[in-house]
Amino acid sequence: MIQDRVIGLSGTALDQLMPMHLWVGPSGLINRVGPTLTRIAARDLRGQPLFDVIDLHRPRSARTLEALLSLQGARLTLCLRCRPDLQFRGIVVGLPAGVGGLIQMSLGLSFAKAVDDCGLTLKDFSPCDQTVDLLYLREANAAIARESRKLTERLQRARQAAEQQALTDTLTGLANRRAMDAALLALTEVPVPRFGLMHLDLDFFKEVNDSLGHAAGDHVLTHVADILRSEIRSGDIVARVGGDEFVLLFRDCDDPDLLEAIGARLISRLEEPTIFDGQPCRISASAGSVLASRYDHPTPDRMLNDADVALYASKNRGRAQHTLYSEDLLAPLRPN
Amino acid sequence: MHGLVNRALQGFLIDTYGEVTWDEVLSQAALPAGGFESMLHYEDRLTGEVILAASAVLHKDRCTLLEDLGTYLLSHPNQEGLRRLMRFGGDTFFDFLQSLDDLSGRARLALPDLDMPDLTIQHDSHNRFVLSVRWGLPGAGSVFLGALRAMADDYGALAFFEAEEGEDGEERVVIDLVDQSFASGRSFTLGGRVA
Repeated sequence: MIQDRVIGLSGTALDQLMPMHLWVGPSGLINRVGPTLTRIAARDLRGQPLFDVIDLHRPRSARTLEALLSLQGARLTLCLRCRPDLQFRGIVVGLPAGVGGLIQMSLGLSFAKAVDDCGLTLKDFSPCDQTVDLLYLREANAAIARESRKLTERLQRARQAAEQQALTDTLTGLANRRAMDAALLALTEVPVPRFGLMHLDLDFFKEVNDSLGHAAGDHVLTHVADILRSEIRSGDIVARVGGDEFVLLFRDCDDPDLLEAIGARLISRLEEPTIFDGQPCRISASAGSVLASRYDHPTPDRMLNDADVALYASKNRGRAQHTLYSEDLLAPLRPN
Repeated sequence: MHGLVNRALQGFLIDTYGEVTWDEVLSQAALPAGGFESMLHYEDRLTGEVILAASAVLHKDRCTLLEDLGTYLLSHPNQEGLRRLMRFGGDTFFDFLQSLDDLSGRARLALPDLDMPDLTIQHDSHNRFVLSVRWGLPGAGSVFLGALRAMADDYGALAFFEAEEGEDGEERVVIDLVDQSFASGRSFTLGGRVA
């Protein structure tokens, strides 16, 4: 094998092998330009001084052919002065017998912009150039990203819909307002409704939250939920309907004394302090109840409203107590 | 099976025959309403069941149905992205045919978990090619038959295609390329379509 033997290539062969080459003569004028580079420049670059045509960014600027040739083999970053927006990669080698230098370029990361702006086609790339594969990948990836985005959007909408339809309060696992509304409506729609409704509101909860923090508040709410759950029968419903508000529905209940007893027992159990992070959290509760049997035609709105009146009566009497609704609680005791 | 494959089948049935037909296919195949997600994976048998159900609902034999699917994938406006990706294969239909060897590799470059068939293209004689297809589900040869017809139109080439049974479940498409520049074909630019 003969090392470093000089070979001759026709201009056409050079164009096919390196469609982005630039051959500069010893005088520093451009002798030959690859067809793809000519297409990108959109003008004939032959005969022009090399440094009027290219701008070398890295590794350092060179203004003479000698300076440029001293960078032989290094990775060059350069652009055409007529397209400063397209940064190319390049390599320069000196030609034998002092006939100048040959610069070979590639589109580097400017490939997409160059292809878009200059209308390059498959023919403008050597089969050995992977730019076309890059373009393919870029387009395929964009399509896949679109599909993934669509899937994420659909899942997001589904999650929102599911949350809207959810019947459980996520913190306490109790029924939420929506579940309670549905259960209450169902209970009032039977021919002879017999059930009790209790509206319970925590006292001093805000103080716990403010002094010990939200985590303590959440702990108290979970604890309250456990107590309420443990005090009801399996067919009854306990729902968290607001920050520290709960509604309990007692099926087959027509006994005012029973409701009073449940109310008193709930309040006394809620008053037992629970420990969070070594600190006792003390709360109590006020409650108001109403029985469906006292109405000819009980409606959810009416019953909730009357239980509310009873609850306010408990609050006005100094909190920490239970009140059963009756007509004489109306007007005079309601705040404002 | 990758959801993209099932989704392509779903797109074909909806865009060609309408939502009502698609719902009928889903119910006959005992699949949940709504259909497939392109970025999830499904059991292979579901794809087979959809093809079977569609064939029954549309009174079309399996081969014809899958051929139509192949044509749809590369000619329907809703699948323009796929047509573009195929056109990256070559500047002429001749070059494109040669590039089919690379097709599965390219697709896996973009989606490593895509169930691509094993493809081999042989340039038999001056203008005759044989594409061999091997895939998990029978019928991929028919899909390629329809797809290659669409691509020949796309390039403006005149070619004749024939399906052949190979050995061991291999399916073949024989391509006779008569005239590369028979018609003007559809335009394609390398740049342009990335959203």
